[in-house]
Amino acid sequence: MPTYVRTDKCDGCEDQDKAACMYICPHDLMLLDKDGSKTGHAMKAFNQEPEQCWECYACVKICPQQAIECRHYADVVPLGASVQPLRGTDSILWTIKFRNGIMKRFKFPIRTTPEGSADPYGGEHEADMDELADHSTLFTKGTHDCDMSQFLES
Amino acid sequence: MGWFNRRKTVFVDSDVLVVGGGMAGCGATYESKYWGRDLKVVCVEKANIERSGAVAQGLYAINCYMGMQWGENQPEDHVRYARGDLMGLVREDLGYDIARHVDATVHKFEEWGLPMMRDPETGRYQREGKWQIMIHGESYKPIVAEAARKAANEVYNRIMVTHLLMDETKANRVAGAVGFNVRTGDFYVFRAKAVIVCAGGASHIYKPRSVGEGMGRTWYAPWSSASAYALPILAGAKMTQMENRIVLARFKDGYGPVGAYFLHLKTYTENAYGEEYESKWYEQTKELVGDYIDNHPTPTCLRNHAFLEEMKAGRGPIRMVTKEAFQDPHKETVGWENFLGMTIGQAVVWASQNIDPKHTNPELTTSEPYVMGSHATCSGAWSSGPPDCAPSDYQWGYNRMMTVEGLFGAGDTIGGSAHKFSSGSYTEGRIAAKAAVNYVNDLKNEKLQVSEKQYQDLKKVIYQPLETYEVGRNEIVAGTVSPSYILPIHGLQRLEKIMDEYVGGISTNYMTNEPLLTRGLELLDMLKEDLNYLGAEDLHQLQRAWELHHRFIASQSVTHHTMFRKETRWPGYYYRGDHPKLDDKDWHCFTLSRYDQESDSWDMEKAPVHHIID
Repeated sequence: MPTYVRTDKCDGCEDQDKAACMYICPHDLMLLDKDGSKTGHAMKAFNQEPEQCWECYACVKICPQQAIECRHYADVVPLGASVQPLRGTDSILWTIKFRNGIMKRFKFPIRTTPEGSADPYGGEHEADMDELADHSTLFTKGTHDCDMSQFLES
Repeated sequence: MGWFNRRKTVFVDSDVLVVGGGMAGCGATYESKYWGRDLKVVCVEKANIERSGAVAQGLYAINCYMGMQWGENQPEDHVRYARGDLMGLVREDLGYDIARHVDATVHKFEEWGLPMMRDPETGRYQREGKWQIMIHGESYKPIVAEAARKAANEVYNRIMVTHLLMDETKANRVAGAVGFNVRTGDFYVFRAKAVIVCAGGASHIYKPRSVGEGMGRTWYAPWSSASAYALPILAGAKMTQMENRIVLARFKDGYGPVGAYFLHLKTYTENAYGEEYESKWYEQTKELVGDYIDNHPTPTCLRNHAFLEEMKAGRGPIRMVTKEAFQDPHKETVGWENFLGMTIGQAVVWASQNIDPKHTNPELTTSEPYVMGSHATCSGAWSSGPPDCAPSDYQWGYNRMMTVEGLFGAGDTIGGSAHKFSSGSYTEGRIAAKAAVNYVNDLKNEKLQVSEKQYQDLKKVIYQPLETYEVGRNEIVAGTVSPSYILPIHGLQRLEKIMDEYVGGISTNYMTNEPLLTRGLELLDMLKEDLNYLGAEDLHQLQRAWELHHRFIASQSVTHHTMFRKETRWPGYYYRGDHPKLDDKDWHCFTLSRYDQESDSWDMEKAPVHHIID
């Protein structure tokens, strides 16, 4: 917000097959400078287009080194505040620091099931292909009986 | 040898191709595979579906949930609500179709792990408002994407789709899509029997309020680059209601959401002098729009209108009165989580300016306009409706099929079905998918054909900006100023300025007229020529170049539609100074356009609005 990467913390996700921030950024902003030719810092990532950053925090949340922070938009936001998350598997902890030093902390759940456990068609019947052209139903049935009694005659 | 020749070409053949892996795309992928167990379903996304689309950051509420299991609302009620909010003009068949299926979608989200808030007394989902339920939605998108990833045969991330492919055995039939891998630069040819466009609507076609480092802080995601519209338009699909852009009244500078504040926290707005102002503008608004001002709830655009008039009268800023509600610690927590879950930037703006809503009533503003099909607005492709309840004027093929055979859409892509939001977009993806599988089955063994020439021609066009840059770069010593090319950011800022000043952006208080629109179109034509001279330094800029092309095409469409509708249907979204009033006699209709690439012309027509619900 734009985000920036701390030189001393970023390790370019060396032990993984790709940099986490580069993997996740929805807007292709984070770039791993493998050989240091762009930044002078080999194997470190950086935000290559800060003025397109939406402040979505996807990179901040995913960074295994907590190397990514935000220095908020210079044309909008006075210096001195920070909002930093710590995202776990089932909850996220936010720390808000005001410019005047006031702190607020909030913790919220993010997921009720283990990551990777979603079963797309769990417990559902096999598709009945005779219903393929029937528009009153998708494969999840039974939530509404479409009687159309409130329809106008057409 | 041109840049395009150096690029590897990768072919991916499938039965159903889903373009865009946001909420609609995940829904389409998921339902396609259920009905098409023997079909190959492929989803392609320019980012990574784990965090892509408008819900990437998270959401704090699901804004479209009927609650039919508890008898809270019926789909018919939702149709009436959306119709009232959009000043009478919605495709009721499409809206009904989504509303009848949307609850089942939300139940799946909960099953997969989305934390729902519940009313401690009733045990039901916690209502924020009549249609909205509250969630802890930080991981909404990763959860939904997980199910889609498991369902799909293949998901291709980091591929920017630039064009659709057309079948060469039958006119007006789609046969796939092409694009490039943003990381490797490989050229991708996706050949498919059915294509479901689930791409994003348009931010950054109008100049945003912040133009410096904060340019990215638009209300709608900056990666929503109008592919939802450009892809169908270039394939010759008819579009509808493209003039129906949306303006949002939100917290100032961060565009933090106000829904929970109004509905759940019961905060309210006032002018700079502590006065209620909406009722002051009742008579004036009634002069403009007649009885629509009496719709309940008051249409979103008309609430904006009162806001704008009060500001113009010199009694701004408009503030949200939070001091009372935030004395309750529970409500204070809700207020902050609302931002942290979906618009973190607003929490930052407040913290940095020492705005604690317990002690200060924060300012609101109105945003620059956006074009979308899923919020309190309904721009998008003109699509065939559900055969069991769509009037005959709205039926020519399979459900959610556009006017191009085999081309389906959902979410921001489909016009006329407002107020679908995240859950409704996902649901519309499911609806489109089921119909697409039906279509593919009916094709049986018919072979579609895409010639090598078709995709090779596109390949050359797609990589041209890299070559333009490489050649032009040597003419100049350094920097970004070249006589031979403009960079994507230059083109984007020109587009935003034209749209802002001529097509009703913030600098004119959303005002335009025929002479302004005419001049705007002339300037857009020049920009179109200049887009042939886009230069891209690397693959990242090549993505930006194609996002700009898509935004440009959508902008032309918006401008032609705005010119065609000679009335002011949605004051507060935009105004036609030469036709300042709503005109039900001539304009209680949909506007349709079709772009013909051969002749480079836009044909406009009207289509009737049929009410199917009383």
